[in-house]
Parts: sequence; structure tokens; C-alpha cells
Amino acid sequence: VTPGLAGSVASGEAATTCGDTVAALLDALGREFTVLPERADGPRRRTWLDSFDWRLHKAGFLLEYVHLPRGGELRLTAVTGSGAGLAPVAVQPVTGWQSSRPHLAYDLPAGPVADRVGSVIAPRAVIPVATITSTVAVSRLLNEDAKTVARLIVERPALATGTPATGTLTPRVSIAEVRGYPGQARRADRIVAEALGTAPAAGDLLDETLAALGRRPADYSNKVDADITPRMPATQAVAAILLRLLDTLEANTPGVLKDTDTEFLHDFRVAVRRTRAALKLLGDTLGPQFDTRRFAAEFKWLGDITTPTRDLDVHLLGFEDTAKSLRAAKPDDLEPFRSYLRGRRAREFRALSRVLLSLRFRELMQEWRATLTMIREGERRQAGGTGRSGKISAVTLAAERTRRAFAKVARMGSAITPDSPHESLHDLRKRCKELRYALEFFAPLHAPVTYGKVLGDLKRLQDCLGDFQDNEVQIAEIRSLATAMLAANEAPAVTLLAMGEVTAGLAAGQNAAREDFERRFAAFAGLEGQRRMSSLLRGVAE
Amino acid sequence: MRIYATYNIKGGVGKTTTAVNLAYLAAADGLRTLLWDLDPQGAATFMFRVKPRVKGGGKALIRGTRTLDEAIKGSDFDRLDLIPADFTYRNMDLLLDTEGKGNSGGGEPGGRTSRKLGKLLAPLADEYDAVFLDCPPSISLVSENVLHAADLIVVPLIPTTLSVRTLDQLTEFVAEFNGHRPDILAFFSMVDRRKKLHREITQDLFPERAQVAVTAIPYLSVIENMSVERSPVTVYAPRSTAARAYRALWSEVRKAAA
Repeated sequence: VTPGLAGSVASGEAATTCGDTVAALLDALGREFTVLPERADGPRRRTWLDSFDWRLHKAGFLLEYVHLPRGGELRLTAVTGSGAGLAPVAVQPVTGWQSSRPHLAYDLPAGPVADRVGSVIAPRAVIPVATITSTVAVSRLLNEDAKTVARLIVERPALATGTPATGTLTPRVSIAEVRGYPGQARRADRIVAEALGTAPAAGDLLDETLAALGRRPADYSNKVDADITPRMPATQAVAAILLRLLDTLEANTPGVLKDTDTEFLHDFRVAVRRTRAALKLLGDTLGPQFDTRRFAAEFKWLGDITTPTRDLDVHLLGFEDTAKSLRAAKPDDLEPFRSYLRGRRAREFRALSRVLLSLRFRELMQEWRATLTMIREGERRQAGGTGRSGKISAVTLAAERTRRAFAKVARMGSAITPDSPHESLHDLRKRCKELRYALEFFAPLHAPVTYGKVLGDLKRLQDCLGDFQDNEVQIAEIRSLATAMLAANEAPAVTLLAMGEVTAGLAAGQNAAREDFERRFAAFAGLEGQRRMSSLLRGVAE
Repeated sequence: MRIYATYNIKGGVGKTTTAVNLAYLAAADGLRTLLWDLDPQGAATFMFRVKPRVKGGGKALIRGTRTLDEAIKGSDFDRLDLIPADFTYRNMDLLLDTEGKGNSGGGEPGGRTSRKLGKLLAPLADEYDAVFLDCPPSISLVSENVLHAADLIVVPLIPTTLSVRTLDQLTEFVAEFNGHRPDILAFFSMVDRRKKLHREITQDLFPERAQVAVTAIPYLSVIENMSVERSPVTVYAPRSTAARAYRALWSEVRKAAA
């Protein structure tokens, strides 16, 4: 049955009141149509699914798994252009689906839903977002020829038992259009809207369910998005930024440990890198008694112990594309390399897990939060007491530190010539990362349009520098992996040849990136770019 | 998208009941299905309780001033839609002839005028898995269009010597098509076991020809009742011999078009 044109919520707290509303509704509809019950489904569990970072939600999709008497089905709907309702996209029966378990994009059972969803969520997994139980009763609305021209759907949802909830769910009634009979559906919809005891639904059922659970959609994002304002004391803003990064770290830790998908570790590492950059660029604002060096060293440790697993993830994520790009070797030649990478990754992941379960890690997280909270609250009290802290504001700090980071990038970049050693580009990449983070930390203070342009050019420069260095690193890694495979007697000759071809492809990519560098750098830090950066930072300062 | 056409030059052989039941079974099988009632009499349209009217008539559809999409009506059943008949379809031959030719001719047999219908259906390929064309009984430009558009022509045959000849004629006609040639699957329809001739022909013809289905649809009053019930027999009498026979026929049809 097609979801309705528009949802209406039958108001009333108790089930009986709702029963009366539906009876009144059927009565009102009965004056215009013949109303015939079509079916009534017993309580069914519905579980919404999305990636941890809400990729489907962001793309305008809703995915749910509906438990049916035998097996179940995945249902994909899309938010309609008008935003008024949901339109069905695809339905796919599945067997043996365990809705409490994560399912990786690549491992979804083949079918129309997987076809649409796979590319949106890859390389992530879909995980359960919320589960409800609902009963649905459908009635047919017939015209004078006894033809079905619309359907009335009454859904009574309830939160799944055992979920800690702060609210309850209201019954929903909606009218489903039968194709070619839009007028009748609109008429029925009007009757529903005018019936006593109904009110327009504020959002879809997932929104309502999340609200009842005390959550909201898209409540995770890997963006910094710290709660800062221009006039806030700089110290308080820096503490807020670092606390936000700590939230991201902690939000991703369980997913890393469960190895749900590779992006948990990726986001975790980005948060570590951002934290390190913030300590380096802004750490001095946290006060003389703050031990920047100690925390910087701890976060360096955290970054380092996550590197081997991530590097292997990168090899494995790109494996299919790499295998397809081979010209001389056959894709199968690389299979021993893949199993070697997998084995190696499993070992590295175990080591990483031990660290994330260790006392040192737990204490670091606790101490870090306590320190930052203390600094932030202390600043708040001071600022609140006197009305002014007397120290510099967030906006001044943002302008000063971003300018400094940009000047460094501009200086280093313009000194690079075609003969410069590789290391000079690697160093520039690091400075670009710091500048990028400086911009992102203070994103809420910037004018969005100029900010978008500056960030876009910087991103393209970073991609170029990234291709240059990553390809070099990967070549070195493949060479050392080849040596290790040979030593472990796991390296057939064809595999080594294929790996050689892979490194040749990477070297070609590295050369292309090197040739692209001048253009990318000029676009970002040339005269036009400098002017744009100045205008961005002036905007902040004003 | 597979296109099935129920066709016979003769009327009253069970074309429409076949189209209605097969389309319903296709949809019940999970295929997104469309039935286009091309017969101006509108029997299939009547059975689905849809009003036999298309905005702008056949002219607007053939000319393309309205798309087929706008004419589609949902049936009472999941995944099954209908393009209703319209009385103006009686002039469809003329419309296809003038519209199909454009400015530069194309009226020769197998030319552009005979492929217009297929072109109109092409944009629906993403939306439907199965399309059934219920064709008016005749040899005309409409039926030629239908035959060109179809992947499989489903031919109901009343077991008489003459109708067997019709099948041969159709086979020869289709064999002369350039390019895409539809497959043909005939089946015996309205078979009366009490008639000796019916028994003889159904027994003799089946083993000889691969293009004749194993399933035969018997002559049953429950099928005739479709116009009273205004519903596929597979819906109001799902356990009847008739419903069983149509299900068997659908599985043969589906296999033949696979």
C-alpha cells in the first residue's frame, strides 16, 4: 500500500479516544464513499536503518525493515519534492535478516533496495536507528462503480518494549492515492483533515519516534560544529571546540571496537588529528597551568596506534578498483595479496582494540573531559561575573590564528619549484591540514559563501597533495608488504608481478598529482586567493 | 519490460479474459504490470471498473500531446495499472496512419506507422516489468502495431480447423518482420470436452507444435461470470478449475517470454 499523500495524527491520549476518532472518521468518509475494510495487520515490528552518520537521511531516503510473518522486507521510501509525504522507491523481500545487526553496504542481499542504497552508504554499514511495533488497518474507499479510488490507512504505532522512552507515539491516519484518481484522494484527505480529533502530523513517524526516545534525526555528524559565538572569550571557545572533538571521539569508539565499518575508525582518527592541530594552533589560550605538551603527546600516541589498521583499511577499500585497473596482470593474481592484507589487518585491529580497552585510554578520555570542562566552566563564571573577561574574544583568535596558518602555507608553497624534494610537498600538506582545521574550528563565525569558496580551493589543493603523498606511501607499503609476504612464503610470483603493476599505477598517479600542483596552489594562494582569504578574515573581525 | 499481446483476428475467443487474468497474475507474482485496453468496446476496462475514457482520446495519446503516463489508472490490486479504452480508439487506425507518417511517408508495411505504439510505450520501461496489450479483433494497423511492439503474442484458439489456419497465417506474417520478431504462444481457449472435434484438435495439435501451450482454458460459466463480477476469475473464484488453468497458463507464458 502506498504511503499517504499527507499524514494526519489522530489526537487523544487514550486508545479509546482514538477509537472514537477513527469511528467518526469512517462515518464522515462514508458520506462520500463506500468504505470497505481491506485488511488489518497484527502487530508488526518496524526497524529504521541508516548509516551511523545518517547518509540515507541526508540523501532524502528512509529505509526500514518490516518483520513479516515469514521473513521480512526492506522498504525504501523517499521524501517527496514538496516535503509533504513519502513516496515508495523500492521493496525487497529478505530472509534471515537480523535487524539488530549491522549490514555492510557490500554485504546487503542483492535486490532493488540494495541497488539504490548501496552506493549511498558505501563503505559504511546500515545499523538499526529505532524500532517500533505497529498495527495497520487499511480500508478501501469506493466510488459509485465500486472501484477503489483511495485507501484509508490507520496505523497505531508503539515504541518497542524495553526502550527507555520520554514520550509515546500517536496513532496516524493517512489517505493513499490510487493512481489516476488524485481528485478523490484530495477529497478524502480534506475529510480527514476536517474530522474532529485529527491534527496534521508534524513529521514522519521516524521523527516522532526519535523525539519520543529523546533523540533527533542526523544527531551525529563528523563536522566540528562547536557551539561558539564571536564575542565568547577565546579560552571558552577553544575548550568548546576540543570538547566537541572529544564527543566525536567517544561517539565513534564503540563502533571502532565492534568493527562495524571502517568509517568509525576514520572519523575517530580525524577527531584525533583535529585535536592535535587545535592543541598546536590554539593550545596556548588554555592558560599557563594547562599542560599542552602532555596531552599533545597522548593524542600523538592515539593517532599512531590507529595508523596501521587504517592504512590496511585503505588498501582493502580500494582493492576492487585496483584489481580492475590492472592491464597486464589478472585481477585474481592479486587475491593472495588481499588475504595477506586481511590477515595483517586482523592482527593490527586486535592490537588497536587492546589499546582502546586499556586503562591508559580510558583515563585519558576522563581526564581530558574533566580538564576541558573545568576550563570552560571557569571561563563562563569569569565572563558571567564581570560581563567581560578582559581577554581576547573567539573572533579575534580565529582571525589571528587562521591568518598565521595561511601565511605559513603561502610562504612554503611559493618556495616550491619543480626541483624541490618530495619532503617539501609533504610538509606543505601538513600545514594545509592545520589551516583547514583552523578554518573548520571557527566555521560558525565565517561568512558562508566566501568560506565555501576558500574551503573548496583548499580542498582541491589538499587532494592534490594527498594524492602525491599517499601514492608514495602506498608504494613503499606495498614494497614492504611484498617483502613480508615473500618471507612468510605467501607470495606467488604472479601476485608479486601484479603488485608491481599496482605500484607502477600509483607512481603514475603521483606524477600526475605533482604536475597538477602549481595550478592548484595558484588557485588557492595566488593573488586572487589571498584577497579572498583577507576578505574572509576581515568579515570575521568585523 | 516485457510486452505481451493477446491477439486473434477473430472476436469472442477469450482475448480479454486472458489479458485480464494474466495481467492480474503477473502483478500477484510481484511484477509491476500495466494493461492497455486497446479495444474500443472496453471490456477489460469494464472488468476493472474503470470508466472507459481517456482525456483527449486516442488522438492525444497517439499525437503525444498527452503522455501514456497521464492516462494510467490504478486498479484495485497492488502493482496492477490500466490504460482504459476510449471510444475514439475505433479511429486509431487512421490516427496511427497520419501521425506515424509525419512528413516523409513511412506508410509501407512494417514502416514507421506500424511501430508508433511501441515508441509510445518505451518511456514506461523503467516503471513496469510487464505490459499487456489487449487488442481489438481484426487485421489492421492497430494490430500490426501491437504485433511489432510485443515480445510475446498470446493467441487464444478455439479448437476448430479454421482457427488452426489462422495461427499459421499469423506465424507467416510475423516471420516477415524486419528486425525484432515477437515469439508466439497459442493456447486452446473455451475448450468443451464434450465436443469430439475439440478433443481431437487439442490432442492432435499440441504434440505437433512447440508454439502451442500445454495448458488449455476450458469453457466454463465461472469465466463468463467475469463481466458480472467485474473482477479477474482468479480473484473471486481462486480455487476454481478456471483459476487453476489461468495460473498454469501464466507460468507457461512467463517462461516463454523469459
